Amino acid sequence: MADVSLRHVSKRFGHVNAVRDLSMVINDGEFVVLLGPSGAGKTTTLRLITGLERPDEGLISIDHRDVTRDPPGTRDIAFVFQQYSLYPHLTVYDNLAFPLRSPARRIPEPAIRKRVEQTAELLHITGKLANRATKLSGGEMQRVAIGRALVRDPAIYLMDEPLSSLDAKLRAELRLELKRIQVELGATILYVTHDQVEAMTMASRIGVVRDGELLQLGTPREIYENPADRYVASRLGTPSINFLPAGLIPDAATPPGAETIGIRTEHLQIAKASGGEIVGRVHRIEHLGDQNHVHLEYRGQMLVTLADPHQPLQAGQEVELQLAAPLYFDAAGQRIAATIH
Amino acid sequence: MAQIRVENLRKAFDQFTAVHDSNFTIENGTFFALLGPSGCGKTTTLRMIAGLELPTGGRILLDGEDVTFRRAAARDIAFVFQLFALYPHMNVAQNIGFPLKCQGMGRRETSDRVLETARLLRIEHLLTSKTSRLSGGDRQRVALGRAMVRRPKAFLMDEPLGALDAEFRQLMCGELRELHDRISATTIYVTHDQHEAMSMADCIAVMNAGRIEQIGTPQEIYDRPASMFVADFIGSPPMNFLYCDAGVDADKHVVKFKGVGIPIPEISEKHPAGALVLGVRPEHIRFSDSAPVRGRVFGAEYLGTTQIVTVVTEQGTVKARLPSSAPVQVGETVGLAFRFNSLSLFDAQTGAAIRTASQQTMSRERGGHG
Repeated sequence: MADVSLRHVSKRFGHVNAVRDLSMVINDGEFVVLLGPSGAGKTTTLRLITGLERPDEGLISIDHRDVTRDPPGTRDIAFVFQQYSLYPHLTVYDNLAFPLRSPARRIPEPAIRKRVEQTAELLHITGKLANRATKLSGGEMQRVAIGRALVRDPAIYLMDEPLSSLDAKLRAELRLELKRIQVELGATILYVTHDQVEAMTMASRIGVVRDGELLQLGTPREIYENPADRYVASRLGTPSINFLPAGLIPDAATPPGAETIGIRTEHLQIAKASGGEIVGRVHRIEHLGDQNHVHLEYRGQMLVTLADPHQPLQAGQEVELQLAAPLYFDAAGQRIAATIH
Repeated sequence: MAQIRVENLRKAFDQFTAVHDSNFTIENGTFFALLGPSGCGKTTTLRMIAGLELPTGGRILLDGEDVTFRRAAARDIAFVFQLFALYPHMNVAQNIGFPLKCQGMGRRETSDRVLETARLLRIEHLLTSKTSRLSGGDRQRVALGRAMVRRPKAFLMDEPLGALDAEFRQLMCGELRELHDRISATTIYVTHDQHEAMSMADCIAVMNAGRIEQIGTPQEIYDRPASMFVADFIGSPPMNFLYCDAGVDADKHVVKFKGVGIPIPEISEKHPAGALVLGVRPEHIRFSDSAPVRGRVFGAEYLGTTQIVTVVTEQGTVKARLPSSAPVQVGETVGLAFRFNSLSLFDAQTGAAIRTASQQTMSRERGGHG
């Protein structure tokens, strides 16, 4: 395992700036997730690190060695793709052993066996080693695909939305597994996804990207609690953060220059109307079982907050709103600090 | 708009029974979700109601009228499919107006109806656009418009949001429900996504292997699942199950698990003597040093407001939803306390729920049926 660093890396395709002046370091043993919508430059970043694309500008180094011009094969990287492309005619064992049997490596068969068995154990697929790859469930196939990367001991694992083709339940299961495996192996992983839950639950650090630009890099908690701008604030959180024009809601902490107030569900409490000044109207209640999403109308704006499912609320009812430490953004969307009293 | 009633509805394909004796009534204006995994018979049920499939047995009544063997076209029902096929050579207005044109409606009246429908869907600015230029959401809206324009008695929808990505799906869920609130059309919505069903429906029928396991409001189904299947299918993460090896104590207030006694609400009905399963929702668990169930923290998943903590206990793996401010260390040993009144009990053999006193109080208080 090793550090990977990108310094001022840019890549253009025609008129499109796929990656703009990207600088980041992935430390040894870190699980970094790049989070962004499609077209943000996530996959291009992975392809630049593998050497499948060449940067127009900038340097890429792995373990303090400049690899910017090196061919992909020499970079010591394992790649897991979205679609588990297993060899259908091979067994699970042979699929896992395949990367080790490369003639360039000359690994003796007993060593391969040991390595495959260890990996299978790690992935809980020991019982399936003799199966044909095509006789597996979707989740098992993706485990094998991940396993095929894990049998090697590369400098870094690059993963491109490896869980997105699985159903919700399996995805939740594999999220936890992948994190456990990463911790056990001390693996360095760069993982790209558009799924905020994957990013929040697995990452040591999240990099939020948009239009080829890295907007913020930090721990999930930093990104969630302390977003640098409006866009980053809107990327994390379910239901997503509410934005209100500053001044619409009486709030002593609003700093001068604030254009927008960002209100997460935990920044907004609701209570029975009892003569207070900030009053909203319940528009719709969405039942999710463990909690309700309450859609509120406040002075022509829609807000969503959480409520206990057994709290008696009805559409049309008036409720009092209370703000607790929301976030503030200036006209350019940059975060500004609250006024402290 | 209409009431839809299904009586002893059954469908067999050769040896395979896709739908066993289904019974339910959907009152006028209700948003009704048929929820279940693939292959559970939900789409077959929907297709029989639409008239695209003939039942092997039973009856379908539309506003009290028996339509079981009536042709699909004569049922006055609109069907919205998973893959919304729009006519690529027509613009939005022509697509929406097509069903009326087929009925032979006059041009003036058609254009009035198309405009009215587009207004309801808030796409009137797109009427002259080519369908190929539309975003996924707008295509979906046009497909809905084409179903609505005939003013059918009911809408049947088969996973209409299945092809969309998660965030967009959530947005469309909100939109569909708001549309329903505006036009109050009886709607049957088929989905395998519990989140869609919970967030939109007034009433949910959970199906498994051709049978309806439970019908109720989203909150009833969540709070008082009729079976382990339902408890596991609803909720994210789903309900935790602890397998009890020693049955219920004589006074019926404690279940024993691997030597640990867990207090439970009084059991209010007769139940088989066999093994029991205790069900507890993730948000009804908190850490407590004095709690009898103990385990080791396997992982913690940060979600912003809350975190999901996975704990491996001798009684099974348990997921707890805790505030994200709670300090959790992977590897540490913790005690798990359960919210007493919210526990569920199941017969381990059949998976059926065993009703407890506290659940009955809940249902009385809410005047629920169930």
